[in-house]
Amino acid sequence: MSTESLPMPSVSGNLPDGAGEDRPRELAVRTTDDVLSFFGSLFGSLGAVWIVYGELLPEHGLLGFIVCWYLSFLALYTAVTAMSHPRPVVVDRLMRAIICAGAGIVAFALATTIIYTFVRGWPALHHMNFYTQDMNAVQPTDPLTRGGVLHAVVGSLIELAIATAVALPLGIATAVYMTEVGGPLARTVRTVVEAMTALPDLIAGLFVYTLLIVGLGMQKSGLAAAIALTITMLPIIARSAELSLRVVPGGLREAGLALGAPKWRMVWRVVLPTAGAGLATALILAFARAVGETAPVLITSGASTYFNTNPVNNPMNSLPLFVYSGVRSGEPNFITRAFGAASLLLIIVLVVFVLIRFLASRQKGSVR
Amino acid sequence: MVAHPEHRGWVRGQRRSTAVTVPDVDITAFDPEAPDKPRFIHAGLAPSDRAFNGVSTVIGVLVLVLTAAIGFFLALQLIPTIKHYGFSFFTETDWNPDQNKLGVAAALFGTVEIGLIALAIAFPLALCTALFITEFAPRRIKATLVSLVDLMAAVPSIVYGLWGFFLLQPHVLGLSRWLAEYFGWIPFLSVDTDAHSATWAETQFTASAFIAGIAVAMMVTPLTCAVMRGVFAQAPIGEREAALALGSTKWGVIRTVVLPFGRGGIIGGTMLGLGRALGETIAVLLIISLVYKVNIHALQVGAITTSSLIADRFGDSTSLQLKALLAAGFVLFALTLVVNTIAGMIVTRSRSGAATEI
Repeated sequence: MSTESLPMPSVSGNLPDGAGEDRPRELAVRTTDDVLSFFGSLFGSLGAVWIVYGELLPEHGLLGFIVCWYLSFLALYTAVTAMSHPRPVVVDRLMRAIICAGAGIVAFALATTIIYTFVRGWPALHHMNFYTQDMNAVQPTDPLTRGGVLHAVVGSLIELAIATAVALPLGIATAVYMTEVGGPLARTVRTVVEAMTALPDLIAGLFVYTLLIVGLGMQKSGLAAAIALTITMLPIIARSAELSLRVVPGGLREAGLALGAPKWRMVWRVVLPTAGAGLATALILAFARAVGETAPVLITSGASTYFNTNPVNNPMNSLPLFVYSGVRSGEPNFITRAFGAASLLLIIVLVVFVLIRFLASRQKGSVR
Repeated sequence: MVAHPEHRGWVRGQRRSTAVTVPDVDITAFDPEAPDKPRFIHAGLAPSDRAFNGVSTVIGVLVLVLTAAIGFFLALQLIPTIKHYGFSFFTETDWNPDQNKLGVAAALFGTVEIGLIALAIAFPLALCTALFITEFAPRRIKATLVSLVDLMAAVPSIVYGLWGFFLLQPHVLGLSRWLAEYFGWIPFLSVDTDAHSATWAETQFTASAFIAGIAVAMMVTPLTCAVMRGVFAQAPIGEREAALALGSTKWGVIRTVVLPFGRGGIIGGTMLGLGRALGETIAVLLIISLVYKVNIHALQVGAITTSSLIADRFGDSTSLQLKALLAAGFVLFALTLVVNTIAGMIVTRSRSGAATEI
């Protein structure tokens, strides 16, 4: 999650008439010729494809049109450039166009994902009852003015609170063990923790289901879901907390110890506060991952329609599970509610994400 | 490495010509001919530090035992499963408890198939995005773009599932049909329908491994891109400048410096993405319609992955079938673990070792 920016490569040399003034070589010069050949190719290919694709070819559809437009743009752009430039420049421009298009596709996909979710969820989102009611005694076909996701939000929060309360101290203590105590055993712990990040989230849920629900006869409940989420969160927290503890400068540790502090006090007063922002980032990363986990809660908690604040008894709904069951129901109104819940999920992730950024920027500014 | 001040050990005593008054040494008894004896510095741990080390060791071991126990527990389920179903558990495609026939072959095939489709889409996109961010993007917006990629990785998978199912699927059907029509001679892309007929059987193209693969690619792309970008950004500035000084274009720099330097990151990041794609559950479950057979036709309706098999079947399973599901989960876990480990090794061993923090 580093945000190091790459200094622009600059080549400087003493210009003969520059009176010793260093001037970086301008790398991004754009002449009129460049601009014109770009836009000329763009519109030229648009026109050609419009006629050929729209009128002559048997295919139709927006996707095909855009693909054809892009391909003929590439061809035209190459041809135009080749008329006035040597081969390296032609290849450079071609690759630039391809790379920018690839990045554009990704940006477009991300934008459509977020916008589409909010647009589809809006009809549910702008009713107040969506935030204040549960789905108890609400039929899936009922209008959007009845029922809401309060039970799912509360369920999500309870499950996450339990999972965080267990995984955070354990994860940070494990990270402290790996960095501050060390030894051959710590390397084993690190290897195993890293391996566990490969555990598919569903398997964590299935593990809890088999052992606690089938094996020990526990109810499908929020607690079971919280345990499954803990298994998912623990390796993430331990791993990223270890990364941030490892970059705490050794000089700070030595200074603390040289002042006569015992090791535990040094860790508590020097290492952990210094890595504080990194630890918060670790927590938030794990939180953002866990809040959207559907598969483990699907197996372990069961969907309820009513408000349930007791994690030990009875099924407890959560936001991702609400989304899943809503979509699976096939009822248009329920699907809209599902999109509304998905928008809430996205909002939570966004808020958490802005928090990460904020903390990361504060960490960067802190004294190292 | 931190020097531990509680260093236990021997420190060479120094002999000095100028007198150093050491309080508890009897100067008169000083014998210059006596052999040097190292002074023993006994700085044993304070009780509080012993407790600190003890507690953190206990927690570390606890986490070790807990996590290892999960893996061990999963592995253990293989024994009764293989005992009962024989090794045909790995070759049987059907999951039919009524006929006592259970196997993971179809599910494993589908898992790898969807993973590879996702990778085929995600790899070029991630490479382009990573190159765009490090090489072409204006410096002002670089940090924002990096955050956006991280944000993309943080979007819950179910949201991508919704996106794939509701928004993507209707638009991709045309592409699926086009591929089947012109490239249907490749078995992988053929569909059991007359692709040339005027009214085409749209339902033959929905809920396919291809569409699920696109949705999974959305989850893989940011992960892969983040690793690649981290490595590309570390490409040595001197070599970049050397290439530019020789008159290279931007693409020339990328081809001769950035890509060779970042090869480890490219391969490792891609494999990390594959590891993520293999374990994806909910987006795949939303999109595909489950069929319990090896479906080699990626564009055709119906597919199955290990995780969707588990999510579909855990509820109505007897104890033995549950063990079989856990065994299937273990196979998936082992597969992911192998892929991730190789990826980690490649990224670490490449010239750009510092890019493993994903």
